[in-house]
Amino acid sequence: MHDSILDYRGFRYLWVALILSIGSIVAYLWHDPIGVPNGGSWLGYTLGTIGALLILWLLWFGVRKRRYSGATGSVRGWLSAHVYLGTTLILIAFLHAGFQVGWNIHTLALVLMLLVIFSGFFGVYAYLRYPAMMTRNRADSTRDAMLAEIRELDGQTLQLADKVDKSIHDAILSSIQHSQLGGGVWAQLTRRDDSAIALAKLKEAVLKSNGESKQSKSGQTMVMMVDFLANQANDTQSENLRRLIDLVSRKRALATRVARDIQLQALMEIWLYIHIPLSLGLLGALTAHVLSVFFYW
Amino acid sequence: MSDIFEIAIVGSGPGGISAAARAAELKVSHVLLEAAPHLSNTIYRYQKGKHVMAEPEALPLRSPLTFSAGSRESILEAWDEGVAKLGVNIRHGAEITAIKKLDDHFELSIGRKDKVLARNIVLGVGLQGNIRKLGVPGDDAPFVQYTLDDPDEYEGETIIVVGAGDAAIENAVALAKQNQVVVVNRRDEFARAKEGNLRNISKAIEDGVIECYFGTAPERVDKLSVGRKPGRLILNTPKGRAQVLCDRIIGRLGANPPRAFVEACGVVFPNADPSAVPAISAKYESNVPGLYIVGALGGYPLIKQAMNQGYEVVEYILGRSVEPADEPLLRAKFQSMAGFTSVSAALEKVQTAVPLLATITPLQLREFMIDSGIRTPKAGEVLFKRNDYTNSFYCIVEGQVEVLVDEAAGKRVALGPGEFFGEMSLISGRRRSATVFAGANCVLIETPRRSMTKLINSVDAVKKLVDRTFVERAIRARFGDEATAAQIKEVVSGATLQRFKAGETLFREGDEGDCLHLVRVGSLTISRTIGGRDIVLSYVPAGNYVGEMAVIGGSKRSATAKAAVATETIRVERDAFRKLMNQNPLLRAKLAQEVKQRTAENITMQAAASGGDIISFLVGQGLGEATDVLLIDESLCVRCDNCEKACAETHGGTSRLDREAGPTFANVHVPTSCRHCEHPHCMKDCPADAIHRAPNGEVYIADNCIGCGNCERNCPYGVIHMSAKPKKKPGLLQWLLLGAGPGPGESPYDPDSHEKKAVKCDMCKDIKGGASCVRACPTGAAIRISPEQLPEYAFARGP
Repeated sequence: MHDSILDYRGFRYLWVALILSIGSIVAYLWHDPIGVPNGGSWLGYTLGTIGALLILWLLWFGVRKRRYSGATGSVRGWLSAHVYLGTTLILIAFLHAGFQVGWNIHTLALVLMLLVIFSGFFGVYAYLRYPAMMTRNRADSTRDAMLAEIRELDGQTLQLADKVDKSIHDAILSSIQHSQLGGGVWAQLTRRDDSAIALAKLKEAVLKSNGESKQSKSGQTMVMMVDFLANQANDTQSENLRRLIDLVSRKRALATRVARDIQLQALMEIWLYIHIPLSLGLLGALTAHVLSVFFYW
Repeated sequence: MSDIFEIAIVGSGPGGISAAARAAELKVSHVLLEAAPHLSNTIYRYQKGKHVMAEPEALPLRSPLTFSAGSRESILEAWDEGVAKLGVNIRHGAEITAIKKLDDHFELSIGRKDKVLARNIVLGVGLQGNIRKLGVPGDDAPFVQYTLDDPDEYEGETIIVVGAGDAAIENAVALAKQNQVVVVNRRDEFARAKEGNLRNISKAIEDGVIECYFGTAPERVDKLSVGRKPGRLILNTPKGRAQVLCDRIIGRLGANPPRAFVEACGVVFPNADPSAVPAISAKYESNVPGLYIVGALGGYPLIKQAMNQGYEVVEYILGRSVEPADEPLLRAKFQSMAGFTSVSAALEKVQTAVPLLATITPLQLREFMIDSGIRTPKAGEVLFKRNDYTNSFYCIVEGQVEVLVDEAAGKRVALGPGEFFGEMSLISGRRRSATVFAGANCVLIETPRRSMTKLINSVDAVKKLVDRTFVERAIRARFGDEATAAQIKEVVSGATLQRFKAGETLFREGDEGDCLHLVRVGSLTISRTIGGRDIVLSYVPAGNYVGEMAVIGGSKRSATAKAAVATETIRVERDAFRKLMNQNPLLRAKLAQEVKQRTAENITMQAAASGGDIISFLVGQGLGEATDVLLIDESLCVRCDNCEKACAETHGGTSRLDREAGPTFANVHVPTSCRHCEHPHCMKDCPADAIHRAPNGEVYIADNCIGCGNCERNCPYGVIHMSAKPKKKPGLLQWLLLGAGPGPGESPYDPDSHEKKAVKCDMCKDIKGGASCVRACPTGAAIRISPEQLPEYAFARGP
């Protein structure tokens, strides 16, 4: 039935990767090069070729994923292989280089490769961890539905605020106008939502209309609102205000959930913005590495 | 009016105008009576620019008027022109309220006073029915209308919407965006409305966006000559009389279905089924002499068919014989039959050879044959394989076929001339239960599901015979291996068909076990009450039986059986069944074994109770009638929408699935995508018969779709869309490297194209490797399962 990318077909590609790794290690230990192990020996060239071909194949995943009528295996199989064989690449690259590093184009390619692979590790973690969290957070709703409900609540809040007091209406209006969900990368990742501002503004407005300039005893908006309600003589007024608080808190809960949803989605995508550009960089560095090696041969 | 017309044609649809045009062409005295102020109201009310198709392509058109595929406007214009040129005598605004048969002619009442006399009547009123008017003085004022094409057309007006149905609510809510809307509802609530509409209108009223008068009836419409508003509506409210000034009144009071009117004319319908059509002769004459029926009302929903009938009916009325337009088609069909002389001889041969078709009218037979194919397979050829999903129906005209009833033992049963087969899959909507081979020199009629279903629903004798055969064969297939024919016959004679609505209970835990049920259509869930809570233990698709435990054990029911969807079962009485078992120790042993296994399965399921919850959730999402459904594990889904993109890319740019929509339970998400139902709701009312089921079970829409949108409306799961073809896109690498064209899964429609057709999931039947959505899922979240796998699936996901 459902299985994840890791246990695809009984860990098929884990075994492939393990066999490739063990084979490489055995060859590396058995091989007795002239001088120190390095990329210039026949084993070095062999491992280098395997590594380079692997990199090209790993990059081709981006194309395969979008070739929807492609009949070569399922995308899930490809991704499973992508993860395991990509991991093996660390070992193969180091064995290829004989664990030599320096300040040169060759090591740049190695560093880029490692960055790509480790960003990929985060991707695997994100793919396995965040989807379930996202479902739980959405609680059977969709983001569009939640946003629609927020808009709806905004409308109702405004109407109600209008009945209560002008200053409260202004406060609500400005908080709606200024409220924002999502936005730039940072805003998405840090789960910024401005719904708390609505409550703060409401508090300010209530204080003002109440003629209190000092801070009330309690810093908590809700408690303060309740105080305010208790002081109100007018029944309909306090009823309206009570409903207003309900609406604003409901909106706040929703906005928090939407922001969390955006955050999780961003977390599932952000690593790709490192993984893919760096892998293209790696392709450049790899080309330079191969060309320079042949040039100085 | 005292003179008597030769022909009065009621309704100016394609059939009606074609008849009127032919009468005018022949200079026969006639009158065309149309309630609306324009021709062909049904087509007139299509949306602007709608592309109308001319199916079936093979059928030649025979009418003085022209008709070919094109926009709504071009077709109506051609008809208007043709009608004017031929000098057709039309009376608009002539709504026929009654038809009375006098000595040698009919009296047609128009509205409340007027009358028309005619010797013959051609009834072409279609199926839409007459729109109900307000029924108060002034309801024909210019600002009163009964349709609304585009709510955005009106702005800043005061509009009164009268009515409480879905159409009224949808109009009112849409109009309220730019206008002041008042709704007049005769009742105290919106009882007939869909839930979504009810929510919308209640909210609009609560928010004060729409004003609603409940329990209020309109009393009078007044035209005003002074003031800013052109009219006012006087209302009779529970608190007394009230008036509302308005710019416009929109009446949405529904339509009177034409059946009652047609019956009042004396025409007899074969049964109460809403899809039944009146029986008419080969010359379109109903049981009332002189009253002819053409078009959709007679069961012919396509424009071209109706126009041909209009032409032919006039010929017949004048006593001329005319070769029906479908004659060449039939001739081509019968040509492959050995000893073919003429179509009429061949039709007669079919009718004498096949008792099932003996009782149907000549017209029904012709239509049946047009839709069917004559097959003359070679001896030994496989007609269909066991487990195929095809659902056509076969009658044997000559020769015989062999049914492989027991694959392991190679046991075959022969069926001879006059018998039929294929009814199992037709009725249950499930896979073929056996492989069928052709015998020597056999001639078969293969009929597609739709035509057979139509025939079963319109001719009671056919229904009875098919049902009886079904029951007999089903019981024999299930329990008859070891029994003699006489023993089986006794069980069959006591068996009855029972229908259950979705959610209805067949029997309850603890009831006396007086019968067993063999599920013939639909599916069941089996549940037990444990700790005061219903726990679903298993799911029983059509073709299986329930209730055998209590019948065999002679005790009370051990669990509750409920219909998951609308279900039909064959009820076998306990005593008859016990007798059968006692006569057949082998059957008894076999059943005892099955009971044991079922009990074991139930106990395992009971231990994994959350698995049962998943079954009930999925059954609630329509899996009870599904054959294959897409499920997404939300704990694996990374919301990349690659499934939707893959779907769009492999299907002309439109995704047929909406990943995000749809409910989720225990991380199992049922996206909005086709379930490939056993009895597809979309097939129910397809005028072009464009929706079919492929041998592997895929329900797909063929290219002859006419874009009417019936399937979109009939699908309860909202998985069908009307869509135009997008423009061609550059290749993938061009987009990837150069940014050329829209990306994968993105394909803006060609805004100029009005030629919309229905699109739905075809499970990628034409693509190697299976469903694209599943293959494109990078994380393994998307899978497709069939209901047979449901218990296993649910159990695997239970803790």
